[in-house]
Amino acid sequence: MNKHFLGDTTVLTGRSLRHIARSPDTIITTAIMPIAFMLLFVYVFGGAIQTGSDKYVNYLLPGILLITIASGISYTAFRLFLDLQGGIFERFQSMPIARSSVLWAHVLTSLVANLISLVVVVLVALLMGFRSGAGVLGWLAVAGILVLFTLALTWIAVIPGLTAKSVDGASAFAYPLIFLPFISSAFVPTDTMPGPVRAFAEHQPVTSIVNAVRDLFTQQPVDSDIWTALAWCVGILVVAYLFANVSYRRKIS
Amino acid sequence: MQGLEKSFKQLKVLRGVDIDVARGSIFALLGSNGAGKTTVVKILSTLLKADTGTARVNGFDVVTQAADVRESISLTGQFAAVDEILSGRENLVLVARLRHLEDPGTIADDLLRRFSLTEAGSRRVATYSGGMRRRLDIAMSLIGSPPVVFLDEPTTGLDPEARLEVWQAVKELAQGGTTVLLTTQYLDEAEQLADRIAILHEGRIIVNGTLDELKQLLPPAEVEYVEKQPTLEDVFLTLVGARTDSARTDGEQR
Ligand SMILES: Nc1ncnc2c1ncn2[C@@H]1O[C@H](COP(=O)(O)OP(=O)(O)O)[C@@H](O)[C@H]1O
Ligand SMILES: [Mg+2]
Repeated sequence: MNKHFLGDTTVLTGRSLRHIARSPDTIITTAIMPIAFMLLFVYVFGGAIQTGSDKYVNYLLPGILLITIASGISYTAFRLFLDLQGGIFERFQSMPIARSSVLWAHVLTSLVANLISLVVVVLVALLMGFRSGAGVLGWLAVAGILVLFTLALTWIAVIPGLTAKSVDGASAFAYPLIFLPFISSAFVPTDTMPGPVRAFAEHQPVTSIVNAVRDLFTQQPVDSDIWTALAWCVGILVVAYLFANVSYRRKIS
Repeated sequence: MQGLEKSFKQLKVLRGVDIDVARGSIFALLGSNGAGKTTVVKILSTLLKADTGTARVNGFDVVTQAADVRESISLTGQFAAVDEILSGRENLVLVARLRHLEDPGTIADDLLRRFSLTEAGSRRVATYSGGMRRRLDIAMSLIGSPPVVFLDEPTTGLDPEARLEVWQAVKELAQGGTTVLLTTQYLDEAEQLADRIAILHEGRIIVNGTLDELKQLLPPAEVEYVEKQPTLEDVFLTLVGARTDSARTDGEQR
């Protein structure tokens, strides 16, 4: 590894964090859609949805958190795309810096921005009556899963960020990710879904992640869901990381 | 650089380019739009790889010793590569940090002064005029005093005043011993600045020499007496008036 990797990554991460600090609207926009879904589902549909939980918002929050991440990472693709467009990317590439720092800075910035959005969403959920008896360890475990999920989706976002031809192309890839939780156990239990839909819902990554987070929040034993969830997160992370680096190498050579 | 060739798909952009640039000189690569000037600069600054041919910068091969080349150069690309959201000073500090230099703040302040950007230094670059952006862009390239500087069409799109300022900065660079490779579409720019000029046309260098050598390629001019008329540029600059620091920065706050 290049001897400047840590220093350069720190400097470049500081730069992108400054971008976020100067346009905090990206944090707000990231949080607004999941909050709107939460309001809609809790106060409009929630009364009619049978989940077996005492409060629907308790059932709903894990899925909402994943939607927050999915909408947040589209900004990562967007910021990366703008760097490429603006020529500053080429300036960095022509300088004696550790080349992978350029990507890592965007990835770490994505992590920080998403964590802030997640905190905002959780605070709103608390106002809406969300309660969890989970202790410090439980919350740490939830945070760990969400960090992994964010990293996995961020590395996916790097690919369109590097290869897109237009701003819209750079962020459009996030829409399917945002809607994936709708066909999962995030909003309603899967057992009322018709056969093929149910089969899809039960075997896609969101369901296991949502179930694991939900079990942690309600202090249920997490059983096999947590391993499935971790396997999905790590698997997506590794594959996306490899593909992102292939795109990057293609871009810079 | 020797025998550089580069194609994008079927388009043969460079068909064998050979250039030597002497240390500490200003070399102008002259060519019309689409001639391949940017492509040459990108190959030399390790952003693109040539299909065939070799190039050395400051003694280092651009492919096998790319990291050493990047230590030796700085690139001012065709379009100003500045961070719009950061202030001018923050841009300079950023580059100084990435070049791993001591005391980035002092370096930034010195350059802001040198390029008459001190007053604008704390403003976001998004509020800068084209000329200010270009000056900042060039200032960013000078950080760390790399021995070789590439300037890709540094004055395209600038107003005449800003253009003269850039020329001044380039001359100072060469006086300080820096090797400058400059690309341009403007004949007068090459004439004003360059020790040697090469013309890139249809993927090849068709001529390469000093200004005098190039002039001798044409039949000797007949001596004619003409009354010297002021050029439009002279008129413009006279009317716009004294180019003091404050007038310049205020005038450019659009
Ligand atoms: N990445 C690219 N892909 C395809 N064609 C390109 C690419 N970059 C440049 N070209 C083409 O190569 C030619 C030379 O481009 P360029 O080096 O930018 O010329 P100049 O800088 O002299 O105006 C142009 O015809 C341009 O369209
Ligand atoms: Mg060009």
